[in-house]
Amino acid sequence: MLQHIRPAVTMIVAMTILTGIAYPLAMFGLAQGIFPHQANGSLIVRDGKVIGSSLIGQNFTGENWFQGRPSATTDTDPSDSTKTVPAPYNAANSGGSNLGPTSKALVDRVTGDAAKLAAENPGTPVPMDLVTTSASGLDPDISPAAALFQVPRVARARNLPEDRVRQLVQDHITGRLAGLIGEPHVNVLELNLALDALARG
Amino acid sequence: MTINGWLQIALYCVLLVLITAPLGAYMTRVFAGQRTPLSLVIRPIERGLYKLSGVDENEEQHWVTYAIAMLAFSFAGFVVLYALQRLQNVLPLNPQHQDAVSPDLAFNTSVSFITNTNWQSYVPETTFGYLVQMAGLTVHNFLSAATGIALALALIRGFTRRSAKTVGNFWVDMTRCTLYILMPICIVVGLVMVWQGVPDNLSAYTEVTTLEGGKQLIAQGPVASQEVIKMLGTNGGGFFNANSAHPFENPTALTNLIQILLIFSIGAALTNVFGRMIGDQRQGWAIFAVMAVLFLVGTTVLYWSEAAGNPLLAHLPVDQFAGNMEGKEVRFGIANSSLFATVTTDASCGAVNTMHDSLTPLGGMIPMINIMLGEIIFGGVGSGLYGMLLFVIVAMFVAGLMVGRTPEYLGKKLEAKEVKMAMLAILVLPLSMLGFTAVAVVIDPGTSALANAGPHGFSEALYAYVSATGNNGSAFAGLSANVPFWNSTLGLAMFIGRFLMIIPMLAIAGSLAAKKIVPISAGTFPTDGGLFVGLVVGVILITGGLTFLPSLALGPIVEHLSMHAGATF
Repeated sequence: MLQHIRPAVTMIVAMTILTGIAYPLAMFGLAQGIFPHQANGSLIVRDGKVIGSSLIGQNFTGENWFQGRPSATTDTDPSDSTKTVPAPYNAANSGGSNLGPTSKALVDRVTGDAAKLAAENPGTPVPMDLVTTSASGLDPDISPAAALFQVPRVARARNLPEDRVRQLVQDHITGRLAGLIGEPHVNVLELNLALDALARG
Repeated sequence: MTINGWLQIALYCVLLVLITAPLGAYMTRVFAGQRTPLSLVIRPIERGLYKLSGVDENEEQHWVTYAIAMLAFSFAGFVVLYALQRLQNVLPLNPQHQDAVSPDLAFNTSVSFITNTNWQSYVPETTFGYLVQMAGLTVHNFLSAATGIALALALIRGFTRRSAKTVGNFWVDMTRCTLYILMPICIVVGLVMVWQGVPDNLSAYTEVTTLEGGKQLIAQGPVASQEVIKMLGTNGGGFFNANSAHPFENPTALTNLIQILLIFSIGAALTNVFGRMIGDQRQGWAIFAVMAVLFLVGTTVLYWSEAAGNPLLAHLPVDQFAGNMEGKEVRFGIANSSLFATVTTDASCGAVNTMHDSLTPLGGMIPMINIMLGEIIFGGVGSGLYGMLLFVIVAMFVAGLMVGRTPEYLGKKLEAKEVKMAMLAILVLPLSMLGFTAVAVVIDPGTSALANAGPHGFSEALYAYVSATGNNGSAFAGLSANVPFWNSTLGLAMFIGRFLMIIPMLAIAGSLAAKKIVPISAGTFPTDGGLFVGLVVGVILITGGLTFLPSLALGPIVEHLSMHAGATF
């Protein structure tokens, strides 16, 4: 037994230095050197200010924005640190709703959201991703159908022709990689930035 | 289900088959101590490590010595990781000033990472500073994986050696695996991940004012370096709470494909290493085929169930074609989420790109079954192969009983000792999985942590102990597990699932190595054909079915039936 103590202790210390200090720092250096934009979180700067990350969804509530998916992220309740309060798109505490398929809370939430959205754009079926929370609570994307569904509302709120807004959505659809891998999606933050640029221009 | 979805799954299968043999060939060279193209750089480091720790690389170990070395190393790792967590508030590289971790959580997390489970009772981005993430968690992502692979090698040597007393040297196997296999792949693939958008920095979290004028605090960190070994080593512990669903961990469809390939790559390649070491690659491909059959069945059921969606929402004015999107990410959709959920539980990875708690009842049952069967479908790195070989031993025993011959496999006679040890290793898993669940669902500290009511709540508890014992680490994550009862019992379950399975397995390795090899005769059961594959699959499913069907009936099956009857909880 004793003869194992030296290799166990030396190996754990040496391997900690190798795989826990040298390797991560080397990766850090390489990443910062070769891909500094991605390595720092794909941050978007507008007018000299960081306004977000193109990979992290943001909470949009106004009628004049394309809205992302419902988010189940929470934050610590400021009045009682043992409790949590809803805080959509909290990028410092990612997570999903974890509601099971037979959860009453899930069915009630989806029913309410679906009714609201159906009233906003009658006659068009509500896209599923607009009434379901994402796994991360930070999903930056919605489906093309979910973006197109919101076109009439956004156009109305912004006094823009629907066709113009619809064209903007079409231009922002990212297809499958090589036509095969992944699912088509629209990055909500980038679409809204373009929408703003449209208004400014 | 869509044609595109099936094409993506098919593409994945093709890529997996393509990497199996080349990676297997390389790994076989490494473990035999032969020169590789990387030796020029790595060999001096390797020699330095042996010298420093007083290891003689040519000295072989008896299985008991091998086991003690492995246990001593794991224990040393436990101590360091525990200390790092308890002291993180006074250590450097903690820009968010995270507090010292509580004793029960530090215990749970340390057991979790040394056993390759990576169960996470905590939210990483609000719990750990960068020093613990790097020098604590990343380290054990490497070492627990290397340990698993070393153990599988010991068992393979049991089959290949004749009349031998030793099964290899733990220190050498572990070191070579880390330096020649895990690290080089991590550096190359890690950079691809960064290119795709996975961050790697040591900055404090970024505070931004959003487009709509709100505040958002964006968690950062050295993500890429941990992300890649998390998948390659089938560890699965997320840098962030949302794991591989988080856009910083898994930003694109390409990173997603890479991640699921990484999960299976070493497990698949080890079947090839096995074939090469015993001198007949077809034996390795036969094991591969057993795994592939079980993998395809699981994927099909899970994909079908998720694509069918939730009937409780069917009456709403919602487009049902999209399937069950609760807890899924748009960029992955149903097909890639279903594939990921199957792969991560076939292996003992436990990373998730979809929230398993929100899967449909039958969809969520598949990950549970995958883990219950022992994660032998490509499996955890190393543990998948040795777990599968235990079932092969039982299957050969059953075949021997049928024809009234002493069972043998690869020329080794399987006698009472091997079969007893194999059964012990296989049966210790359900004991912990079902035993702990039975306790947790009848006492208050257990039930008070459940987030969902009704049968889904039972599934949450069952999944937790199944995942911990199986060293998987994924969860029905609604469970509030960061309380002393769950932290300690899950910690125990992880310990039992890892070490109480390993020791009988190593005993088999030692006992097989000491045996002679019997020449092939007309009465030898061929172990590289369809009959063998069918027999092993049958034994796995019958063993799993008899053991776990009652518990599944109380959870996912009854939930499925009530869902179709329109009940909510």
